[in-house]
Amino acid sequence: MAKTGAQVLVDMLVNKGVEYAFGIPGGAVLPLFDVLYDSPIKLILTRHEQGAGHAADGYARATGKVGVCLATSGPGATNLTTAIATAFMDSIPMVAITGQVRRKFIGSDAFQEADITGITRPITKHNYLVKDIRDIPRVVNEAFYIASTGRCGPVVIDLPVDITTESWDGPYPEDNEVHLPGYKPRYQGNPRQIRIAAEAINNAKKPVVYAGGGIIHSGCHRELLELAEKGNLPVTTTLMGLGGFPEDHELSLRMLGMHGTLYANHAVTECDLLIAIGARFDDRITGKLDEFAPHAKIIHIDIDPASISKTIKVDIPVVGDAKNILTELLPLIQQVERKEWHEQIKEWKKKYRLSYDNNGVLPKPQYIIEQISEITRGKAVIATEVGQNQMWTAQYYTFTSPRTLISSGGLGTMGFGFPAAIGAQLGCPDKTVIDIAGDGSFQMNIQELATVVHYKLPVKVVIMNNGYLGMVRQWQELFYKKRYSGTHLEDNPDFVKVAEAYGAKGFRIERKEEVRPTLEKALAIREPVVIDCKIGQEENVYPFIPAGKTVRDAIIEGTFGGMA
Amino acid sequence: MVQGKYNFPVPCNLLIMRHVITALVENKVGVLARIAGLFSSRGFNIDSLSVGETESPELSRLTVVVRGDDSTIEQVRKQLGKVIDVIKVIDLTDTPYVERDLMLVKVNVPPGRRGEILEMVDIFRGKIIDVGQKDMIIELSGTEDKLEAMIKLLHTYGIKEMARTGQIAMARGTK
Ligand SMILES: Cc1ncc(C[n+]2csc(CCOP(=O)(O)OP(=O)(O)O)c2C)c(N)n1
Ligand SMILES: [Mg+2]
Repeated sequence: MAKTGAQVLVDMLVNKGVEYAFGIPGGAVLPLFDVLYDSPIKLILTRHEQGAGHAADGYARATGKVGVCLATSGPGATNLTTAIATAFMDSIPMVAITGQVRRKFIGSDAFQEADITGITRPITKHNYLVKDIRDIPRVVNEAFYIASTGRCGPVVIDLPVDITTESWDGPYPEDNEVHLPGYKPRYQGNPRQIRIAAEAINNAKKPVVYAGGGIIHSGCHRELLELAEKGNLPVTTTLMGLGGFPEDHELSLRMLGMHGTLYANHAVTECDLLIAIGARFDDRITGKLDEFAPHAKIIHIDIDPASISKTIKVDIPVVGDAKNILTELLPLIQQVERKEWHEQIKEWKKKYRLSYDNNGVLPKPQYIIEQISEITRGKAVIATEVGQNQMWTAQYYTFTSPRTLISSGGLGTMGFGFPAAIGAQLGCPDKTVIDIAGDGSFQMNIQELATVVHYKLPVKVVIMNNGYLGMVRQWQELFYKKRYSGTHLEDNPDFVKVAEAYGAKGFRIERKEEVRPTLEKALAIREPVVIDCKIGQEENVYPFIPAGKTVRDAIIEGTFGGMA
Repeated sequence: MVQGKYNFPVPCNLLIMRHVITALVENKVGVLARIAGLFSSRGFNIDSLSVGETESPELSRLTVVVRGDDSTIEQVRKQLGKVIDVIKVIDLTDTPYVERDLMLVKVNVPPGRRGEILEMVDIFRGKIIDVGQKDMIIELSGTEDKLEAMIKLLHTYGIKEMARTGQIAMARGTK
């Protein structure tokens, strides 16, 4: 039976188990959308392609499956690029399918032509421009395989429209085997390296585990917990690693880095062994490079060999999948008491406990997030935007299980959280999904309110409304003499009315005592709700280690009572 | 430790060294763009890059001459290895290998000096492949040093045009 290219593609997507495709149609993908119309794949129409891309990404982060998004050629495809780059930086499995002009028009500046394989080359793990209908099955197989194995990442498939209308009467390949001689991810750690690592751990007097997003990707949170408990190892996580280790555990040091806890940063500065697992020594973590873990031997467990010794020289590299490596490592780990080290950490935890001044009439952002954490008992899926809202969430929500934080770490994309929450809600229909937003970021993809209303997705948006691009304002306050250049959002709309105009519910919180009842009321409704929280305009995120500095330079004003 | 430029010791691993790296890549559209893009986006400094067919039609061999300290070169190798279309990456610098660069130079021939130029080309084992009224084209292949030496000498006559392929290289013997 002859099939069109569009049918071949959609059949392949069904074959790959795709449930949802997020996207917006256009000339170059008309044939594709026509086939989707009566396919088992549910098409989610967003209001901007960036929203489609982030939704596919959020779906992938919440479920661990490959997220799929679609856009037409030219502007549709270029609108996807921020979402593709966001997924690339955080190693998220995603396949983006873009329409392209007819093959014979490629390179002629045709209507709605953009060289999307050229544009996305540095922000994809791989990309394809399909030139022959018979390549579609192979390309789809390879794209899903590449996106979801090794260090995951986005793959773009660019499909000229005339291929989608052309017909092919088979035979269609039956197996889904891929043959990629240049792509062989390594999953098993070298046994010798694992033994050396175990020995270093057993001999360490002051070890710290520094766990990143790799814990979530490899699904090794249980092995990590076992490792920490067996070896009596304190654990700090990056933003991407939040949820990979229970923050209510006594071995947890919570998040490290620029806005991490001072006790995590002190522990890393003082440790004699740093066990990095699925983390990449990003500058937001290390601060001043040559003073990062200056006394420590460094073990680095990572699936990406290029991450090893990229910014910091590693002593004991172990390349492979973290879950396999930890499983091999566990039996070699001895129970060691390390009384002094744990005493020291306990003291730091007491001295540098995260806290804030909860006085005043206006609700404090930290308080709002703590309340969300309490009400949801850490079980919700929390998306964030970027800025102060994101850092307060990382600090004050107690994350205890993987895939419960969905946040743009590497690229720091404002406007990510809300559409990502849409994807997460579709992927986890039974969970409470909340986007903790900033007033600036929310307006970057506010149009997706139409999407949540249309698909009846009960996503909650809690806006930390400070009337500013707050994080940038904070830097201006501290480093630019309060010259608030381009950061005051003076003419913010009434977010409650905006929500209502789209057909969602809107609530407002203006006083501390309204926080709990309003949140409870909103979370009880199985409908989209926007909650506009008026917080102080000049609230800051502390602690704050300025870029390129060390924990000794941390700005801690207001973090804890009178300490300096 | 090695003696550095200003006469104080520099740790070996921080020395900027010239490395010849070859990679076997799939002979597909866009591979060269991928690799060239990788070098520019990661800020690697390359002296030359050349690509051509190999013994098998579906593979190309790429040779790149790059300068950097140990950790930069390690990143070059690893980042190249991450490109899906790259099958194998070898840094030839630590093994016995041969390298060749091919050059065409159009050089001025001042009246009465043809003989000395011919003699020099002969010494370098180059070839004259075109002779004009006032100039000639010389073909020369060899190592970078040899080509540089020839260029230096030809400057005295005046070089009108020059084209080079960049290095290609191969390990000696069997492995
Ligand atoms: C797309 C994009 N543009 C600009 C920035 C730079 N930036 C980082 S945080 C921030 C302010 C965010 O403001 P808001 O969403 O209100 O969050 P707040 O910090 O006030 O909580 C800006 C502009 C960014 N991260 N992303
Ligand atoms: Mg704000």
